[in-house]
Amino acid sequence: MNATNTDFVLAVEGLTVSFDGFRAVDDLSFYVDRNEIRVVIGPNGAGKTTVLDLICGKTAATQGSIKFMNRELTKLSEPDIVKAGVGRKFQTPSVYTDLTVFENLEISYPNSLSVFKSLMFKRDAEVIRHIEETAARIYLSELLHTQADLLSHGQKQWLEIGMLLIQKPQLLMLDEPVAGMSVAERTQTAALLREIAKEHTMIVIEHDMQFVAEIAHKVTVLHQGKILAEGSPEKVKQDPKVIEVYLGH
Amino acid sequence: MPFNSFRDFMSRQDVLAFAVLAVLLIVILPLTLDVMRLNQAGKFLAFGFVAIGLVLCWGYGGILSLGQGVFYGLGGYAMAMFLKLEASTPENTSIQSTPGIPDFMDWNRITELPWFWVPFESFTLSLIAIVVVPSIFAYLIGVAMFKRRVSGVYFAIITQSIAAIMTILIIGQQGFTGGVNGITDLRTLLGWDINTDFADYVLYFVCVALLFVCLFIGQFILKSKVGRVLVAMRGSEDRVRFSGYDVANFKIFVFCTGAAFAGIGGAMFTLQEGFMSPSFVGVVPSIEMVIFCAVGGRLSLVGAVYGALLVNLAKTTFGEAFPELWLFAMGLIFIGVVLGLPNGVAGLYNSYAAGPVDKVLDRLFGSENSDGLKLSQQGATS
Ligand SMILES: Nc1ncnc2c1ncn2[C@@H]1O[C@H](COP(=O)(O)OP(=O)(O)OP(=O)(O)O)[C@@H](O)[C@H]1O
Ligand SMILES: [Mg+2]
Repeated sequence: MNATNTDFVLAVEGLTVSFDGFRAVDDLSFYVDRNEIRVVIGPNGAGKTTVLDLICGKTAATQGSIKFMNRELTKLSEPDIVKAGVGRKFQTPSVYTDLTVFENLEISYPNSLSVFKSLMFKRDAEVIRHIEETAARIYLSELLHTQADLLSHGQKQWLEIGMLLIQKPQLLMLDEPVAGMSVAERTQTAALLREIAKEHTMIVIEHDMQFVAEIAHKVTVLHQGKILAEGSPEKVKQDPKVIEVYLGH
Repeated sequence: MPFNSFRDFMSRQDVLAFAVLAVLLIVILPLTLDVMRLNQAGKFLAFGFVAIGLVLCWGYGGILSLGQGVFYGLGGYAMAMFLKLEASTPENTSIQSTPGIPDFMDWNRITELPWFWVPFESFTLSLIAIVVVPSIFAYLIGVAMFKRRVSGVYFAIITQSIAAIMTILIIGQQGFTGGVNGITDLRTLLGWDINTDFADYVLYFVCVALLFVCLFIGQFILKSKVGRVLVAMRGSEDRVRFSGYDVANFKIFVFCTGAAFAGIGGAMFTLQEGFMSPSFVGVVPSIEMVIFCAVGGRLSLVGAVYGALLVNLAKTTFGEAFPELWLFAMGLIFIGVVLGLPNGVAGLYNSYAAGPVDKVLDRLFGSENSDGLKLSQQGATS
């Protein structure tokens, strides 16, 4: 399939992946606008995480096209997809537990990604300023020199979001960013995401409908690898099919 | 220089550890050991090079190689080939049917120096080969494995097989390699007799000097961002990959560095032992090398050197008395260390001595953290 060029930041068309015959994502098409917060919801096993895996190159697509700013991603390696401007947060918070918050952010700071550049990498004032600015955005200024292992679950989620932010990706993909957060932390995260959306485009996977309603511009409901419904949070919430397979229980 | 201050390169504890090791190796051992024992210590230190490399690959890179003997052997054989050619002048070998080639080739009815021996007529090329041949070999293995994301147990088994194949090759190709006896009867290095007491002293100090060069290189790598990326990879390889790093390249880099160190160690061993043989290349020596590193502490460069010294000391004292029991004893040491002391001797030091030592240093030199924020280390190196 050959997708045409569009104004969308992300254009996914006919995307399919089959694991030994099981189609976890099945002929999926959707489009994400610039500075949009798109939330993907759906029951467990619907294929939400797999869609992110496909976009960031962790899993190879069986069929279909993923165009990011009109650039085909399905043929790029993972580091090249990152360099193209796609950042991804994992479902289980993945931070470097043996390193400090500062060092976590430092590793995520772009440029000097090759071995040689990493050997010669110098922590100059510019780097430190970026790290401090990012830490302030993710509410971790006070904890810069704390080992990441000692952070709360919610703080780890923030740190991973910060690690994406410092990469300055055009597209951020967040897999369940508020899982395990307290109510207060969720409110802070919602504020953070709305702030981020001023400069970035976002795909967020989330289960908490209240949180979804708070942040989403548009919701895509996934079921068995296919789109069940798509539209504004209010519209989707009232869709009988969505209520039946997802919201009903 | 990628460091903002010396402190970023070496913490006070690092300086202390390096200094204590230097005093031990440069002053105490030469003053207390007779020349034969010192020569033996020098050979133990040759294994220290491998252990330092394993700290980088295994301790930090998470790559357990059970085939470091291969690189040790490549370095050792490169040196031995040069020395053998120097010893095999036409005058020295005039009784052979083909004078001027190594004796074992003549016994195997080889009449011409094989092509891959020719570069080892040059001292410069031999020195280059000692570092470059193991590195290139490690690079090829690394690209084949890490780019395909082979890791963990699979990588360990594959490297072990390579060590086994290497021994079989060396033993089988007697005419080219000297076979099971190895390359023996080495005499001079550029005309300088390597079998005198004086030579033993000189070679010991050269070995110590090169060991410190490798220690400093290791320190540089670990304290640069590469060290922190390695620690990060150990925890979450995917996260590093999706921060834009090509994870395989970092693994290849430390694996090659470890191989180069092992090669230098092998060459220093050949010089001090006076021969090189397949018994230092195969599966068992490769596993022993991992044990040196484990005993020293796989996260401590300096610890690795102590590990090599201690285990080898045990091997010569205990192993000479009960040779048949040594393999069992070694197995027990390994299990004991893995279960009881995951960070080896260095871990013991960090748990019990580092705190009090820090207090003493604080009293002597003032607090380390007083000069602003401590941005480096913490968890990255310990
Ligand atoms: N690499 C893989 N190999 C085989 N099957 C896979 C693989 N990855 C995912 N699957 C399957 O694909 C389906 C979709 O999984 P996915 O993780 O995308 O679901 P999800 O929507 O993210 O669910 P959750 O809400 O539980 O996170 C599941 O049935 C899963 O078992
Ligand atoms: Mg999921």
